[in-house]
Amino acid sequence: MASSVESLNSEMTSHKTGTFRVKKGLAEMLEGGVIMDVVTSDQAKIAEDAGAVAVMALERVPADIRKEGGVARMSPPEVVEAIQNAVSIPVMAKVRIGHFAEAQILQAMGVDFIDESEVLTPADEEYHIDKMPFEVPFVCGANNLGEALRRINEGAALIRSKGEAGTGNIVEATRHLRAINSELAELRQMPESKTRRIDLVARVAKRHRVPMELIEAVAKAGKLPVPLFCAGGIATPADAAFVMQLGAEAVFVGSGIFKSENPAVRANAIVEATTNYKDPDILLKVSRNLGEAMLGEELATLKTRLADRGW
Amino acid sequence: MPVAVRTAKELEQIDCLIIPGGESTTISKMLGSSDLLDSLTEKIQSGMPTWGTCAGMILLASSLLDGRSDQHFLGAINIVVRRNAYGRQIASFEAAVDIPAIGSRPFLGVFIRSPIVEKAGSEVEVLATLDDLPVLCRQGPVWASSFHPELTDDTRLHQLFLKEAATCLGIPNGQP
Repeated sequence: MASSVESLNSEMTSHKTGTFRVKKGLAEMLEGGVIMDVVTSDQAKIAEDAGAVAVMALERVPADIRKEGGVARMSPPEVVEAIQNAVSIPVMAKVRIGHFAEAQILQAMGVDFIDESEVLTPADEEYHIDKMPFEVPFVCGANNLGEALRRINEGAALIRSKGEAGTGNIVEATRHLRAINSELAELRQMPESKTRRIDLVARVAKRHRVPMELIEAVAKAGKLPVPLFCAGGIATPADAAFVMQLGAEAVFVGSGIFKSENPAVRANAIVEATTNYKDPDILLKVSRNLGEAMLGEELATLKTRLADRGW
Repeated sequence: MPVAVRTAKELEQIDCLIIPGGESTTISKMLGSSDLLDSLTEKIQSGMPTWGTCAGMILLASSLLDGRSDQHFLGAINIVVRRNAYGRQIASFEAAVDIPAIGSRPFLGVFIRSPIVEKAGSEVEVLATLDDLPVLCRQGPVWASSFHPELTDDTRLHQLFLKEAATCLGIPNGQP
C-alpha cells in the first residue's frame, strides 16, 4: 500500500510539495512538544517512548562536542539512518552554517527537518544557506530579532533561541527569548500614521538588513511569521516550563537528557512539564526523584561561546 | 470562547471539541498519563461534536495501522487509518480538495506527514476525497480530516462544523 501511495503522490501534478506553507506546517505541528538530541537508536526509542514530538539525530551531543573539540560536522548518514529506522516520529539532523552540500545530503536521506546549527563548526563566514530552494524545512538559531528575521528571509520555517548549547545553563536562552520578545513588542507599538510608519519600518528594515515588507508583516501580526522554539541549556522540567512561560512554543533538549543520571525518567518529566507548563502542581509532581541533572557549566568559564557563531 | 483542554476539568467546560494536528504518539502518551482518556472517551460516546484533524483523525479512528503498539485510539468513527502513509516530511504536500458541502470553490488541503483512510465503514459519510481516498469523513457528530484546515485562513469548514454542532446540541441559530 505505502509504495503505491508514494507513486500516486509523485504522479499527481496537483500535489505541491515543499511549499513554505507545508514546511512551516510541520513546525506548527511540533508546537507544545519536546525535541530531543539522540546519538543512538536506543536513545531515540527512549525519546519516542517518553513522548518526544521529534528527535535530533547526532553523532555527539553538544556537551561532548564542547569537551572533545575539533571540527564538528554533519553526522555520518549511517548514524542518522539508524535513528530514522528506529522511530516513527520526525527525525531532524544538523548541518554546519552555510554548508549547503551537507543539507543536500540530508534532504536526499529524507530527514524531516534540517537544523543549520551554530553547535557545529561554521563552514561559511559570510553566508547562511539559501533555504528557499530546499523542499525540506530548516530551523535556525537566533540571539535577537534581527537574526531571526534574516534567517526567515533566507527561508527558515522555524526559529529557535541559540542558548549556550551543551552547558545545562539556561541563562543564555533566556536572554535570547527576552531579546526577541521585547523587540517584537517594540514593533507592535509602530505608529498608525502612514508617513511616520513607513519611515520607521524603513529604519528597522535597514537595521536588521531585511526587506521592509517583512518588517511590516511582523509589525502587523505582532509576532514572527514562523514558530519560535527554545534551545540551549534546558536541563530540568522547571527549565522547560520557564521558557514556555517566557513565550517559547516548544523546546529542544540537547545534552540535558542523555547526560543526566536517569534519561528515561528525566525525558518523561520534561515532556510532562512542557505540556503542563502553567500547572505548578504537575510541575512539582514531575520534578521529584529524577536523579542527578547534568552538572552544567558557568558561562564565564567557557572557552568557546557557540551562540556567537552566525550573524 | 475556545478553551485549551489538557485536563478532565477543562473538558467539563466545553460543548464541542477539535483535536488538532500534532504528533499522534505524543498525544496518545499524554492522554494516557493525564486523567483525560476515560472522560474523553465517555464524552465523545455521549454525543459531543468532535473533529479530529490529522493526528486527531488517528486518535478518533476505529483501527490504526503503522502506529505504536501501545498507542491509544478511541474508535469514535469507523475508519481504518494508516499513520504517516505518504512517508516523511519531504512527501508532505498541499492540494486543492473539492468539498461539495461547502460550495464549489475548492478548499486548500494541507497534508503534513498525513495519514490515509484505507477503509471507511458504511455508516461513515465521505465528504471529500483526494485521488479516490477519503480525506474528510463524518459519522454523526464526529468528523475526521487527514488535512489541516487550521493551517489556512479559510474558515468555511469550521463554520459548517459549528453550525452542525449547534444543531446537534439543540442551540437554535446559535453557535456553541
